[in-house]
Amino acid sequence: MKIHLPNSAFLGNIDPFLRTLDITNPDRLEITTNEKWISIHPIVLSMVAAIGLTISPLKIHFKKPEATSKHYLKRMGLFTLLKIPSDIKITEHEPAGRFIPLTQINDSSALTKFITNMVPLLHLKPKHSESIRYIVSELVRNALEHSLSKHGAIVSAQYYKKSNSIRIGIADTGLGIRKTINHSHNAKSDLEAIQLALSPGITGATKKEGGTEINAGAGLFFIRSIAKVNRDYFMIYSGKAMYKLLKNKPTQKKISLHSDPFMDRFSKDENLPFWQGTAVGIDISLETTKELSFLLDLIRETYTTAIKERKKAKYKKARFI
Amino acid sequence: MIEIKLFEIVGEFAENKDIARDIRKQRIIPELNNNQKVILNFEGIHAATQSFIHALISDLLRKYGNDVLDKISFKHCDEIVQKIINIVVEYMQESA
Repeated sequence: MKIHLPNSAFLGNIDPFLRTLDITNPDRLEITTNEKWISIHPIVLSMVAAIGLTISPLKIHFKKPEATSKHYLKRMGLFTLLKIPSDIKITEHEPAGRFIPLTQINDSSALTKFITNMVPLLHLKPKHSESIRYIVSELVRNALEHSLSKHGAIVSAQYYKKSNSIRIGIADTGLGIRKTINHSHNAKSDLEAIQLALSPGITGATKKEGGTEINAGAGLFFIRSIAKVNRDYFMIYSGKAMYKLLKNKPTQKKISLHSDPFMDRFSKDENLPFWQGTAVGIDISLETTKELSFLLDLIRETYTTAIKERKKAKYKKARFI
Repeated sequence: MIEIKLFEIVGEFAENKDIARDIRKQRIIPELNNNQKVILNFEGIHAATQSFIHALISDLLRKYGNDVLDKISFKHCDEIVQKIINIVVEYMQESA
């Protein structure tokens, strides 16, 4: 496997990074970096960590980074998590208000603890922390519950002063969306599986409307909706497919939610290197963050409409002869 | 009648659906089976995820039907918690 960390990879321009991933030889991981500058979204780090945890640290070959910003990798805990040596020296900063280093979460109680500690670290106002802890809780629980990854979920986040935004990345190396959703559906491709997973009320746990006792198939729809209403990027990559919700133009005054993610402004790629698992990146702009309460009104309306439409589609038609 | 104070079990952010499922199975269902009413007290809880509320109540609607809502009351819910409960209650009834 080969991963090259480029000089820039954020959700808006992450596609070239994904295309260059080489996941062909699972017995060895070679990591190289741009020689001058590395500026990357937390999802990139979470993916590198997630894949690195699948092999022995002795089989990871991390070419010594030379970039001026190499300290970022150290500060975010990449070498520590992967148990590989690094001679990069950093002045330890108090992380409060800046970032959440790479964290491996293996079970439900570890997630609860992580969320409790996360909010003070990012110094968030209540209206921001509500959405962010909601997103992290739902995405990590999804990974723990559905991916069945031996290595849990890898999370990292960073506050960006210039854009006044929090960027979050969560990756796992589990079953992936298509396998999970196809327990009860029949997605023909990874992209179709992602489309189903992002639609309200569709879960791999059952075909029935309303889901199971612990699963409604709503988590990813809620998160896509939070990103849509806040005009933020949201990217999900699983198998060979990537779906990216693009930013809405600020001139668009009224934002409406769609149950079908393909009705939103988005980009896609169906021929990426196969990612065994799921990776999700999201940006939350703190300037435009709408109150969670406002979002819930929109979500309720869209969710109910989607169920009604699906039920209606199954109605038998009268035969006129 | 039983009143379950959720804050004491889940803290101010109700997100752990494993705990929600346990509360439903171990505390709510036995009361309903004894024809008792249940009050779910959300005092001190500032937010909940849809997954938590779904794990807490969706199966009650599925098993006992919509009339179970006459036997459960939601107390001291703030705006967000109320809205999430309404979403779950609504989609469960629409799905029936």
